[in-house]
Amino acid sequence: MTALLSMEEVSVHYPVKGGVLRRPTSWVKAVDEVTLSIAPGETLGLVGESGCGKSTLGRAVLGLRDLAKGRITFDGQELKNLSALDTRALRRDMQLIFQDPYASLDPHATIGATIRAGLDIHRIGSRAERAERVTETMRQVGLDPSLADRYPHEFSGGMRQRVVMARALVLRPRLVVCDEPTSALDVSIQSQILNLLKDLQDELGLTYLFISHNLAVVEHMADRVAVMYLGRIVEVAPRAALFAAPRHPYTQALMQAIPQPDPARRTPPPLTGDIPSPDDLPQGCRFRGRCPYAMARCAEAEPPLLGREHRAACWLVEEESTR
Amino acid sequence: MTLADPRELAAADLGTALDEVPAGPPRGGFRAALRRLWRHRSGKIGGGLVALIVFCAIFAPWLTPYDPLKLDMIDRLQPPSWSHWLGTDELGRDLLTRVIYGTRYMLLVSCVATAIGATGGILLGLLASAGGKWTDMAVMRIVDIMLAFPYILLLLAIIAILGPSLVTALVAVGVASMPGYARLVRGEALSVRESEYVEAMRVLGAGNWRITFGTVLPNIASPLVIYTSYTMPLAVLSAAALSFLGLGAQPPLPEWGAMLVQSRSFLRTASWVVAAPGFAIFFAILGLNLLGNALRDVLDPKART
Repeated sequence: MTALLSMEEVSVHYPVKGGVLRRPTSWVKAVDEVTLSIAPGETLGLVGESGCGKSTLGRAVLGLRDLAKGRITFDGQELKNLSALDTRALRRDMQLIFQDPYASLDPHATIGATIRAGLDIHRIGSRAERAERVTETMRQVGLDPSLADRYPHEFSGGMRQRVVMARALVLRPRLVVCDEPTSALDVSIQSQILNLLKDLQDELGLTYLFISHNLAVVEHMADRVAVMYLGRIVEVAPRAALFAAPRHPYTQALMQAIPQPDPARRTPPPLTGDIPSPDDLPQGCRFRGRCPYAMARCAEAEPPLLGREHRAACWLVEEESTR
Repeated sequence: MTLADPRELAAADLGTALDEVPAGPPRGGFRAALRRLWRHRSGKIGGGLVALIVFCAIFAPWLTPYDPLKLDMIDRLQPPSWSHWLGTDELGRDLLTRVIYGTRYMLLVSCVATAIGATGGILLGLLASAGGKWTDMAVMRIVDIMLAFPYILLLLAIIAILGPSLVTALVAVGVASMPGYARLVRGEALSVRESEYVEAMRVLGAGNWRITFGTVLPNIASPLVIYTSYTMPLAVLSAAALSFLGLGAQPPLPEWGAMLVQSRSFLRTASWVVAAPGFAIFFAILGLNLLGNALRDVLDPKART
């Protein structure tokens, strides 16, 4: 099966500016040589703690961040080599659903205008056809089309997020990057939005890159899951395999951090230590400072992703023999 | 609350018990802003004064039986009386008539000069915010140079280039207020450009032009309106000052600043000659300032006390 989206050794670096001249003195490797691919119709979950680079990776996929290294291919076309015109065309195929529906809607545009923006930009259809498409998309996301001439401040968080979804879906994209689409919402509304995303995926044949820090949400949504730590993918596996038997010590620690309702099932204490500063990473494995299984080998070299279907970047996996 | 906002009610109907309507800052709706302005006390007074000025400017010929320019040497320097409510000047012209006709120049100055300043400054600011690093540098250094000059010196320099007349005074005041606008617009625009809703436009494929004029400009409109309410009275005062210096409106035009300078030698003997244009300027500025303060309260929820 050919991938719809593939990333090869994608790196995004942010400059750390210092001195009077504000010249970059060093670089933070926000995303460091990430290789991933997403098949058409699949949902790839991307989990990791705050600041691990998952949102940056999502933005890079959409061409919003310059790559320091690596390449991103969408449907066989490499993003970097496209002309401005083709990039515009590609915009129709890839969209983003934002985390915060309060910050991501223009307060001075009616929601109808917000949803229609994509059609206006790409000059799709006549005026009447655009209005019709807006109406249709509003229905698909569960908004009453008669609300089109209202302003975002008249809506609740859940409804705003539906507007954000409608804005992204009006162009009929193939890939949608969902950047923590529910973490700004009340718990009671989260499940509504998640189920809506799933329904829309079936209805429109969407492919999702689903970014979240919430393991439960990812388990609900994703077909495959990638775990990110300090800019690197440390484990990629089909959902069931990952949640049944996480292989990387970091993933194991993440799972243990999920609160258990039953005190008898309490697991070993969570991780100690702090995340190392991303502009000053340790030699070898970047997790070894906090890893309960760290050994001499971990300081020597950074482990690559090992294994076939269920891959983890840990030397322990190699010793277990490749499954 | 006496009368519920119909839109708030509609939004409340839509939400379910769980889907609560967030209490955001009061936004949107030009009419709602006008209504709040009307409820505002200084908005009422300032608005009233400004409305009176506009009324006088439009209906000047019907409000007074006299001609603002015609000389009447018999009735010169008359104190206020029933036939000349504010008295007459050294050439026998009715002062009230001249003050009423003066509203036309005052409005002309405040609107045209502010329009020149706002348009130029907004375009410069947007250019600086949208044009990239080097354009930004170039535009803002020019702005800095203009701001480095004392305001009145800048005005004099522009008039020295263009020659003294009412039109050049307008242009000078307009140009001198551009850098302030440019700075404000650049700052506000840069912060809006960082917002997620602008990023959303980029994801959709919007170009710089559409983002700048379609998304950024509407979102910086309220600070601009507030700033304009500050610059307008300043423009009136500057134009009057220029006329006083003989660099703006030239006599015999019934412009308030020009009236002041003509009659200042009669200050001791016939103080009403100076009082009429002086108080006219005072009340015009007061009205604009009160209206401006009210506008700020109405449009800027953060500064509301």
